[in-house]
Amino acid sequence: MGKYLKFFLVGIFFGIVLVKSEAVSWYRIFEMFKFQSFHMYGIIGTAVVSGVIILLISKKSQLKTTEGTYLRVPQKDKGYKRYIIGGSIFGLGWALCGACPGPMYILVGTGVFSMLIVIAAALLGTYAYGVFKDKLPH
Amino acid sequence: MNYILDPWPWYVSGPCIALVMFLLLYFGRTFGMSSNLRTLCAIGGAGKRVKFFDMDWKGQKWNLTVVLGAIVGGMIAHHLLSNPININLSENTVNDLNALGFNNPGQSLLPPEFFSWDSVFTLKGMAILIVGGFLVGFGTRYAGGCTSGHAITGLSSLQLPSLVAVVGFFIGGLIMIHFIYPILF
Repeated sequence: MGKYLKFFLVGIFFGIVLVKSEAVSWYRIFEMFKFQSFHMYGIIGTAVVSGVIILLISKKSQLKTTEGTYLRVPQKDKGYKRYIIGGSIFGLGWALCGACPGPMYILVGTGVFSMLIVIAAALLGTYAYGVFKDKLPH
Repeated sequence: MNYILDPWPWYVSGPCIALVMFLLLYFGRTFGMSSNLRTLCAIGGAGKRVKFFDMDWKGQKWNLTVVLGAIVGGMIAHHLLSNPININLSENTVNDLNALGFNNPGQSLLPPEFFSWDSVFTLKGMAILIVGGFLVGFGTRYAGGCTSGHAITGLSSLQLPSLVAVVGFFIGGLIMIHFIYPILF
């Protein structure tokens, strides 16, 4: 239990941040894809800029993780087809139901239990990808 | 206290999300929310039929714990740390939503037109949630990540595949909002 506590706490913080930033709101996602407000771009933009800086400092200072290894970001496989096609499919769904996977779970916590239907459908979608994986261009 | 209870500005929220990413990397893991969908399929026994789910899901328990925390975080933020919700949407967005037939945009986190039980149990309402969820589940696994894995972690580590994926997110999102919504509503 002890070794999971830190992940639980990070999760709580993540949930709070996404609700307080309104990034879990369907309305904010609609507004973002309409280019009618800077809000979501500000969130993603400052997250990425801070992320770049944090990772550069971690690398420069040869920071070790709590597991004793050097801090390492998993590298995505090469290629572009899966990213552009898969990304577009995700984008269609994101704009339709207004929730990406993180917010889906968080919104259940805020009491939106109809989101469980979206999660069930997302599990089905993930399963379908697993079934058709080898037939899809990557 | 109002600093906490009011919505947090983007310049506070963004760096906080980067901190979440950093903490998970610092714990020797990574920030990726859609991976949990695969793990849940594996726990459900999908590995017996489909190779993609034949994985050691026990090694992913840490990430499910993050999800559990996120649910609790959502509960805390919504019930204890929020004033009544009134999202400060741009005037154009409010007008566009009114034109599409949405009432009181921004007065709740999500539009009741999509997520109230009355709407969910109509054919159209149910179809929207199921199709939307399916596309998210299929697309994120196909693309190998979602907003957390690609837009935040991938871009922060300057990976080209993630930039391509984010461009894809926007292609799909823009098509949905600008071309498909006008047909749906």
